[in-house]
Amino acid sequence: MKKLILESLGKSQHRGLNFRDMLYNNEARAFFFQVVTFVLVIGLFYTAIGNLFHNIEERGINTGFTFLKNRAGFDILPFLGNYVVDYTPESSNFSVFYVGLINTLIVAFVGIILSTLIGLFIGIARLSSNYLVAKLAGAYIELFRNIPILLQILFWYNLFINLFPHPKQSFAFFDIMFLNQRGLYLPRPIPEEGFSVVALSLIVGIIAAYFVKKHFKKKHDLTGVYTSTWPFSVGLILGLPVLVFLALGSPLQFDIAVLGKFNLRGGMNVVPEFLALTFALSVYTATYIAEAIRSGIEAVDKGQKEAAAAIGLTPTQSLKLVILPQALRVAIPPTINQYLNLTKNSSLATAIGYPELMSAFGGTVLNQVGQAVEILAMAMLVYLVISLFISILLNYVNKKMAIQGR
Amino acid sequence: MPVFDQQETRKPPVSQIGAVVWLKTNLFSSWINSILTFASLYLLYIMIPPLLNWMIFDASFSFGTVNFFGFEIKFSEEMATNDNCGRVGACWPYIYEKLYMYTYGFYPRTETWRPNTVFVLTGLLFVIIPLVKNYKYKNRVTLSLIIFYPLISYVLIAGGFGILAPVPTDQWGGLLLTLIIASVGIIVSFPIGVLLALGRQSNLRIIKLFSTLFIEFIRAVPLITILFMASFVLPLFLESGNYFDKLLRALIGIALFQAAYFAEVVRGGLQAIPRGQYEAADAIGLSYFQKNVLIILPQALKISIPNIVGSSISLFKDTTLVLIIGLFDMLAMVNLTSNDPYWLGREPEGFVFVTMVMWAILYTMSRYSRKLELRFNTENKN
Repeated sequence: MKKLILESLGKSQHRGLNFRDMLYNNEARAFFFQVVTFVLVIGLFYTAIGNLFHNIEERGINTGFTFLKNRAGFDILPFLGNYVVDYTPESSNFSVFYVGLINTLIVAFVGIILSTLIGLFIGIARLSSNYLVAKLAGAYIELFRNIPILLQILFWYNLFINLFPHPKQSFAFFDIMFLNQRGLYLPRPIPEEGFSVVALSLIVGIIAAYFVKKHFKKKHDLTGVYTSTWPFSVGLILGLPVLVFLALGSPLQFDIAVLGKFNLRGGMNVVPEFLALTFALSVYTATYIAEAIRSGIEAVDKGQKEAAAAIGLTPTQSLKLVILPQALRVAIPPTINQYLNLTKNSSLATAIGYPELMSAFGGTVLNQVGQAVEILAMAMLVYLVISLFISILLNYVNKKMAIQGR
Repeated sequence: MPVFDQQETRKPPVSQIGAVVWLKTNLFSSWINSILTFASLYLLYIMIPPLLNWMIFDASFSFGTVNFFGFEIKFSEEMATNDNCGRVGACWPYIYEKLYMYTYGFYPRTETWRPNTVFVLTGLLFVIIPLVKNYKYKNRVTLSLIIFYPLISYVLIAGGFGILAPVPTDQWGGLLLTLIIASVGIIVSFPIGVLLALGRQSNLRIIKLFSTLFIEFIRAVPLITILFMASFVLPLFLESGNYFDKLLRALIGIALFQAAYFAEVVRGGLQAIPRGQYEAADAIGLSYFQKNVLIILPQALKISIPNIVGSSISLFKDTTLVLIIGLFDMLAMVNLTSNDPYWLGREPEGFVFVTMVMWAILYTMSRYSRKLELRFNTENKN
């Protein structure tokens, strides 16, 4: 009987190794294909790396990371990175990397904040009941989304350096901030003795506010008595540092830019390259964030709002407890993805010479040293780490926001 | 017996229709809305009139005599020069003079008919494909078009065959180059992307690992690093170690980059196919190849068409990046032409012109993608 069944299934009865069996055996095939791919990929890598070493040797290019210790020997457009690292042309190539990294991160940081604000504003305006406002927001999205980001960066950069006045005729805002062709001049804060105490009190305030909030939430859970906590939060987070600041006799001075003979002196100069880059990136990324926020708000069913009203929640409570948690669940993941895109797009600063990672390190150092493999690997590694960090953040947010089944 | 006269249909009440009511409900429904309306109007007032003045009313249109498909159109006695063009408004004669550069780059002026033929062929392609939709041999026609269209285009543009004089790639430029990079990027990267997507969804561990690594690595780094890699490092990986054609290097970089993005789009489509389809294909004894080509991919690709178009739009936007590695696409032409000593200080015109062209192309593509999305969205809407 068993033999009959096996024969009807087309399987041969004997168990020994049979080539025909092997050929039609799924596991054997899978194994075979994987081995072939493995050998091909590794072979490709092996040949490529072999050729690489051969070619590098033939051309007399150095290998290894010793170039990082060598003198850089070029000037970098003075911006935040330079101030932090205290960069001079005598500094090493590694400090160029460091300067570039800091400049990339500051663009990403400012860009993320600005684009979120613009995106939030446009996304809400897009859903406004006001016809004109909604249409204008729509026009904004359609306009800036469909222009390549590099074109926008170059456009704004050109506009800034051509339209802004000569330093002698700077736009002045209350004689504190100045705007001209060479960028924006902000007051430079100079912390004096005791300022660290103010910073410390801010941290203490934030921690205290957290515990106050936790305490009243517990009270609400236990007794049902709701206490509004925002006065405590404002008092602790803002009031405490301000009090300490005043008590210590204002330990912070500002160095305000002064108009010299040809140029403004002092202050903190925000170069036009940074302004153009951040502005273009924020305006461009904001269109995507606005769309994400709009789809998030639209994704919440109308019934949710009605149900919240029916169980007696106030409009604020309904927004805070019912609408926003659901809207944000849809809106936040694409928004975080856009943050990553913004960070990656900041590398386009190469085109206008803002000294971020790909421009200062991947551009100038690469041209001087010629060790493309090492330099590009380092730059790519930075972007890989940033993107890894953002995807960890994304996973965390997704987990936190997932609908909790019971 | 009472007789009822048929009365005329009454007009809707004045308080519910008409422009005034529309204004009231849409623009002035509350005082906040009124403030917003006036703020928006003010915004438009400070932006639109200066822009129109610059672009049209104060601008110079002294093109001289223009030959438009054999018709002589006379705009002015002679073409404006940089000095008499004015600085208040835009100087469009500058764009007119540089139009060739923006369109073809340094392509030899005597050979313009070749790229033009390709442009016409491309236009024809968009006419032919919908026409043969119901034709018996539409698959064969489409397949032969897919094979022959790039071939003919390449032969025409690159030349080097028979009477066609060869035109080296460093003379290609402008919009022509932008379109070449975008279309080659899409055509080459798509099959690679599909293979990578299948690899990532495969049960074979090693193939899955390699595909995932490749996709995630490429998607984590900016395109510039890939272009630099392709430009500086790729030649060193090859046995000869010679720096081969710059355009080809850029194309390899862009195709690999785009393949990773297409792979993710197609994977989304693959994941949306119900398990039953895979099981049914297995049950009737199809091989892996048959299963994917006949059952899974046709369905998966169809639902990912809107995202494929969306990804292609991104690629089109990204083609501008090639200017950083020294190719002269349309955007690079703005910088290049503004260095002309006879036309100094005309960058704004160049930027505005390129912006308008790029925007028009991208906006059309995004509208098309939206239309596709609506057509393929068979989900019930409530």
